Amino acid sequence: MTAVENEKSTVTVTLNGVEIEANPGELLIDAAERHGTYIPRFCYHSRMKSVGMCRMCLVEVDSGRGPALQPSCMIPVGEGMTVDTESEATKKAQDGVLEFLLINHPLDCPVCDKGGECPLQDQTVAFGPGESRFVEEKRHYEKPIPISDTVYLDRERCILCDRCTRFADDVAGDTLIHFMDRGNSTQVNTFPDEPFASYFSGNTVQICPVGALTAKPYRFKARPWDLEETISTAWIDSVGSRVTIQSSRNQVLRLLGVDADSVNWGWLSDKERFGFEALNSEDRLTAPMVRVDGRLEATGWAPALAAATDALRDVDPARIGVIGGARLTNESQYAWTKLAKGVLGTDNVDAQLGDGLPVEAVLGLPRATINQACTPGRTVILVGPDPKEDLGALFLRLRHAVVNDGTTLIELTPTRTGLSTIAAHSLHPKPGEVDLLAAALVDAVSGDAHDAAGVPANAIAAAAASISGPVTVVLGRASVAESAAVTVDAAIALSQLEGVGFLSALRRGNVHGALDMGMAPGLLPGRVPLRAGCDAFDQVPTEVGMDTIAMLEAAASGDLDVLVLLGSDPLSDVPDADLAERGLAGAGTVIAVEMLPNASTLTHADLVLPAAAPTEVDGTFTNLEGRVSVAEQKVTPPGTARADWMIAAELALRLGADLGVESPESIRAEIAVVSPVHAKLTETALADGRVEGVLISGSSIEAPTASGSTTPANDAYSLRLVAARRMYDNGTMLQASASSAGLAASVKVTLNPTDFEKLGLDAGTVVKVISGRGELMAPLAADFGVPAGSAMIPTNAPGSNVNTLIDASASVTDVRVERA
Amino acid sequence: MPTYDYVPHAPGYVDNDGPKIVTSRFVHEDSHTLERYEATNGYEGLRRALDRTPADVHEEVRDAVVLGRGGAGFPAGVKWGFMPPGKFPYYLVVNGDESEPGTYKDRLLMERDPHQLIEGCLITCYALGLSQCFLYVRGEMPAAQENLAQALNEAYAKGYVGKNIMGTEFSVDITLTWGAGAYIVGEETALIESLEGNRGMPRLKPPFFPAAIGLYGQPTIVNNVETLSNLPWLLVNGFEQYKAHGSEASPGSRMVAVSGHVNRPGVYEIEQGVTTFRDLLYGDNFCRGIRNDNELKMFVPGGGSAPWFFPEQLDLPLEGRTVGAEGSMLGSGAIMVMDETTDAVKAALRLVRFYARESCGKCTPCREGTTWEERILQRILDGEGRPSDIDKLLDIADNISPGPYPVAADPSQGLDAVPFPPKQTTICPLGPSSVAPITSTIRRFRHEYEAKITKRDSIPVMAAPMSSDPVEVG
Repeated sequence: MTAVENEKSTVTVTLNGVEIEANPGELLIDAAERHGTYIPRFCYHSRMKSVGMCRMCLVEVDSGRGPALQPSCMIPVGEGMTVDTESEATKKAQDGVLEFLLINHPLDCPVCDKGGECPLQDQTVAFGPGESRFVEEKRHYEKPIPISDTVYLDRERCILCDRCTRFADDVAGDTLIHFMDRGNSTQVNTFPDEPFASYFSGNTVQICPVGALTAKPYRFKARPWDLEETISTAWIDSVGSRVTIQSSRNQVLRLLGVDADSVNWGWLSDKERFGFEALNSEDRLTAPMVRVDGRLEATGWAPALAAATDALRDVDPARIGVIGGARLTNESQYAWTKLAKGVLGTDNVDAQLGDGLPVEAVLGLPRATINQACTPGRTVILVGPDPKEDLGALFLRLRHAVVNDGTTLIELTPTRTGLSTIAAHSLHPKPGEVDLLAAALVDAVSGDAHDAAGVPANAIAAAAASISGPVTVVLGRASVAESAAVTVDAAIALSQLEGVGFLSALRRGNVHGALDMGMAPGLLPGRVPLRAGCDAFDQVPTEVGMDTIAMLEAAASGDLDVLVLLGSDPLSDVPDADLAERGLAGAGTVIAVEMLPNASTLTHADLVLPAAAPTEVDGTFTNLEGRVSVAEQKVTPPGTARADWMIAAELALRLGADLGVESPESIRAEIAVVSPVHAKLTETALADGRVEGVLISGSSIEAPTASGSTTPANDAYSLRLVAARRMYDNGTMLQASASSAGLAASVKVTLNPTDFEKLGLDAGTVVKVISGRGELMAPLAADFGVPAGSAMIPTNAPGSNVNTLIDASASVTDVRVERA
Repeated sequence: MPTYDYVPHAPGYVDNDGPKIVTSRFVHEDSHTLERYEATNGYEGLRRALDRTPADVHEEVRDAVVLGRGGAGFPAGVKWGFMPPGKFPYYLVVNGDESEPGTYKDRLLMERDPHQLIEGCLITCYALGLSQCFLYVRGEMPAAQENLAQALNEAYAKGYVGKNIMGTEFSVDITLTWGAGAYIVGEETALIESLEGNRGMPRLKPPFFPAAIGLYGQPTIVNNVETLSNLPWLLVNGFEQYKAHGSEASPGSRMVAVSGHVNRPGVYEIEQGVTTFRDLLYGDNFCRGIRNDNELKMFVPGGGSAPWFFPEQLDLPLEGRTVGAEGSMLGSGAIMVMDETTDAVKAALRLVRFYARESCGKCTPCREGTTWEERILQRILDGEGRPSDIDKLLDIADNISPGPYPVAADPSQGLDAVPFPPKQTTICPLGPSSVAPITSTIRRFRHEYEAKITKRDSIPVMAAPMSSDPVEVG
């Protein structure tokens, strides 16, 4: 008999006279619920630490010393424990707690947003007394006070369950709301003049067990019983958070996080949660538009499609390009790939905008899941953007793993990130030298520690020594001011670590689906190269086509006759604004397929086709792990906007080809046949994975090879540029969301304060930043989290776009900072 | 009449011919200085402890049965044994957040004899193999803070605290911390939270007590100031001499603080388990009777949280176990005396209001219930009481502390005592403590409540007349 067999794997508990088997260490409240006995609760939340605060879950527990009232959210099951959730004592205690909670709770249920889905209301209706014994005046506070730009707090309704405060403190790490005062005056509040400015504030609204916390986008919009809902997937970033989309009268009104164990645990970033506002925006494109005398004018689908077909017919495939596609569902991406590569015969298709990674780095390296990265005892190495800014829900998972599960986090990032305070080691290489640092870290693991990228050998050795268990590398572009090759080289170096797995940190909604569906040069659906061919396509390009940067360069020199912008905005997003402008200006016909008009559409599109939004189509999304989950249509598209796959199919028909697609299901069926890695993605598998999704694994793409590029030394007068994304920026979707638009901070140049003296400047000074490419004006800010010698400017910030400084062909960008 | 009386520089302390285990130096004006301490056998207990093995010292304390003086009365030697072996570091936390209503004995010990407390800490650390001790002192006691800080500086300078104490391998650091004035921080787990820099709110104890998981998640012993102040004397004189004082079950002496309607309120060191309440309240050595020769109506035997006693209980000895069996607790040793002129409802309100204000706000029954009780009592006193209020008060009390609440026997009604402790729907005993004045007074003086409610023995607050005409006043 082994030791494992000796240990009993379950604990036997007598629950209301019936013996049940519980897991060792499981809380009583969970064990009871799994066996069909729901113990009422307000403060307990399965994803947060128990506090035993509300006392609603008191039940009579006998652990051998006689029955006593115990909070079942804090008591782990014990062998031989006897629990009575229906005894007189239990009922009396629970009724007492309910009465205590109600005495000061206002009777404004008829005007409360929570009415109809309120645990306190439900409990009261089910078990509460019909009349109040409380004849005193209730407690009064000022009715809702804004605690942030989006969240309102009604302290009269608050039952002080500590859920929001625990979330802010323990889960998000934004300790901005807290209890103040004591006794009956205890209240949740912010610190004076410090709003609850958290990227995750919306979660507190979702977990509030009463109507104390409400969010601006949903306040007084609907009653819960009028809402229809469906489980879907968030589209704002690539985490693929599972959500419930709720709508009323054909309008999406609210998104709630769904507790998917492998993905987002019920949490959402505010950008994911409130991003739906953009889809209800009045600016949505509702009819095709065509440019007449320099102005976009509405037209019908027939003339618009005819114009598009005319532009595409009989053009040399090498002179056609498609930029974008990360917004689309997998099914629409497949249809567009089939149109571009199979019908038009061009391989110039790229879903990324020069701000991502080459296909090989994403599909050619061993991959890891979020759960693997967050497994206790393992190590995460971050070579990429700040997850807090780019991938909110992933940030929460990583933070939980590091804080609670002993995951070791090592950062190799150009500046401090939202995880730095909890990281075991934060190493900040000079911009453009993370590959050297990664190689040095690998050397240090094998005992050869040396200085690299401005980081001293002892710091690298200490980081190497802290590595324990298998390593997951979170890989993405930390700064678009340095070339992707540097990141790829870092990945190649780290791939030598034993048992390493890579978790892609590419940000855009369904960019991983786009790669899986072949929306990159040299790629076909199913993670296969062009040479593998595709039976379902009439033809397959033979030459590897151009990526976004190359397409724009070709267009700038007049070598591109048709450029399709598939939900992309090169002017704002391509990290070389000058190139983007020249490319769009030089392209022949620019056709935009869009939900909302963006800078590129408004200035350069000759033809605009209105597309349906993610809440308006059926389909699937693929997240950064390769997990496919369902996106379900909840409302109908505005005007005559159509699903992207329909537009592709229409264009193909008019070009004399039949894509053979009739519905998202039929496309999925074709994908399952065409793609070797999607074979198991059946309708049954999708239905079974309704919450968790279906993980797609395997790839025929080869690992990347070292670029051999080196980064030049910078001179003593210039600073090296770091251009990183912030959660809230000038992006089209965000700016179309009424309650989030104002949250984007205007552009700033952040330097290490030690550089101020050298430059003779101070924080707040408006400076001119000059690169070889262009210049911009912005105020200076100080932050020791930016290493000396670097200058951090957020991408696409209101004010000026840092992309004007960047040269896509250079490996790094050096800038001079001068008093304006 | 004995000549002993108040000692001017130890406010409230009455010097008498009782035991002098912890108060021996109070008669000296400079009792808080190291000079006086060393001249009066100071640090001798530590010196003797260091000559013995730690286990031996622990054994000495266990044999002496030093009961905790903070409230629960648990033997210190046994508590020390609960620390799981090998889970270093361990911490010692000294609970100097004395704030139980009526209690002012620890304050005197900290103000007047800080070195005795420091020596007690050192002996404890030595016995348990600790190297870090935290002194948590209530924020409203600046004199205690100043004297302790000065004593610590002196002790560090003289090598009694710090590295290699008295030339041995034994090293301890003692950190002095100020509280911010919350009553609840006297509860040991709330004190630990406060010490960690968090809001002072109690942690749920079962399954983990501080001895297993305490400060910063490490095994932690939390002891009261008076408990530790006993140790220097114990180490010098041995457990047999210690047990020569007090009773068999409760050896040693004990400090009690008497307040209220007695002729000489003050702090006394008494023989634990021997001196009775009658001795204490009426003895010439002690409080010398009730003021103006009035009748005793009731008294609180062990701090504001204790159920009340009445003249029938006067002959009980001041011993934890006996008092507990008779329906109350000795608690922190604070006795509050009320004579026949006291309004029972008003007295109850005064204590209930304290608990309502001091509730930390964590558990619903305490946060909401204590304030509700306070408001009902206030309403009754305002003449707005309703007949249903008395039963409502008792039912609210039952929702905070379910089941029969501890209460003293009442021979006149043929009612037996309900022994201590009460049950609770809350994490800590603060909420249930607010119930004590209510159940004690309603059981004994229900007629006073009824008089206020039905006979309106105070002037009711009248609603303003409906007429819009101005009302003539006077």
